[in-house]
Amino acid sequence: MSKPELDQTPSLNPMFRFQWEEAQNGHVLLYPEGMIKLNDSAGAILAEVNGEQNCTAIIHALETRFPEAGALGPDVLEFLEVAHEQNWIRYV
Amino acid sequence: MSRTGSVMSETVEPTPAKPLGQPLWLLAELTYKCPLQCPYCSNPLDFADHGEELTTEQWIEVFREARKMGAAQLGFSGGEPLVRRDLEQLIAEGRKLGYYTNLITSGIGLNAERIAAFREAGLDHIQISFQASDETVNNMLAGSSKAFEQKLKMAREVKAQGYPMVLNFVTHRHNIDRIDRIIELCVELEADYVELATCQYYGWAHENRETLLPTQAQLERAERITNEYRDQLAAAGNPIKLIFVTPDYYEERPKKCMNGWGEIFLTVTPDGTALPCHSARMLPIEFPNVKDHSLQHIWRDSFGFNHFRGDDWMQEPCRSCDEKEQDLGGCRCQAYMLAGDMNAADPVCSKSPHHHKILDARAAAEQVSEDTPITFRNERNSRVFARG
Repeated sequence: MSKPELDQTPSLNPMFRFQWEEAQNGHVLLYPEGMIKLNDSAGAILAEVNGEQNCTAIIHALETRFPEAGALGPDVLEFLEVAHEQNWIRYV
Repeated sequence: MSRTGSVMSETVEPTPAKPLGQPLWLLAELTYKCPLQCPYCSNPLDFADHGEELTTEQWIEVFREARKMGAAQLGFSGGEPLVRRDLEQLIAEGRKLGYYTNLITSGIGLNAERIAAFREAGLDHIQISFQASDETVNNMLAGSSKAFEQKLKMAREVKAQGYPMVLNFVTHRHNIDRIDRIIELCVELEADYVELATCQYYGWAHENRETLLPTQAQLERAERITNEYRDQLAAAGNPIKLIFVTPDYYEERPKKCMNGWGEIFLTVTPDGTALPCHSARMLPIEFPNVKDHSLQHIWRDSFGFNHFRGDDWMQEPCRSCDEKEQDLGGCRCQAYMLAGDMNAADPVCSKSPHHHKILDARAAAEQVSEDTPITFRNERNSRVFARG
């Protein structure tokens, strides 16, 4: 496995449902009989994964949303690599 | 606080050592009715004797309350949940509340139209259980001559309609030697997850333990073959996940049952009795009913749910055991069935004074005669248990 290219477009694997869970105070991935609790940054990144934005667009969207965080490119690509390994996302 | 008093009222307040968990998993056993007769069914032996099923409105209220308390997973189970004619409506309400909705079915009573209607209602996932990888053994165990063909057809339809699919095989001495064929069938049917769940000996399965418990050699072979398939499938880039559940009868330490009593799991039975685990009904505890109490009260305050929280209830050898946090003394139902005391250590544990019962069962598995009778799970047999 390796980091995605900037022009690749991730989409959520339809096996998983991504949603905000009030009781967890965070985003989660739900799948058959299971749930993965996501931390704040993972939740923020996956919220931008919609099968339409490529990695460049996702990074730009997050940097606009969190201007105080500085350059987010490396962190986002690293998370997407993990998410792909975990089979949470696919590339369109 | 002592929990050993002989009379406990329904409202005794516990003093939990840590904050109470959320019931993340709500299992709705919609009905005990089922067209199949699997001899390892986890329903109670006397299911025929239990009261009226909850109404549609009562179920929806249960879903609402549990969701408010943090439940995220909703399982529709039974019996056979397809028997309920309001299933589409219950799925739609569950989905609307934000649950991930799971249908756990035998596939009997399913058809393409109903699968589509469930999709429309928002169903997230379908799990189909098989009895074996070949038609003869499957249908013998299911007590139905058409079951296998129907299951194959429905598994293909579930995938064709784009659902995530889990296939569940309860394994035992009659099918475990064909584990290779079982896995190949699951790959062919494009399952996303496969549960190779070694039979757990509760309810009907305990009644039939002699004829169901595999030998140690059978089990080791099955696990080795499963691991070989895992490697092969992963190397071929197949994302299918094989989940192999070992039977605790071949372990030296018990399982941490339900990941802790009243920690994350809540079952509601067809008549509204709420349980911390789907087997717990067998215990000599009066469990609360959703018709009488709010789920909030049931989860937080009821005697039934608080009874085995924490470790105040433990006896020796559990009480002073340095491993007690890992398994919390094991399964309460197994302690009750095998040691005759629900507060005892689970006899699976080699430190239990009753561990010999497990050793005896292992030894018996080595010399079971092929014509050991099977007690099928059906109303007629259930009435015998209800009377006895």
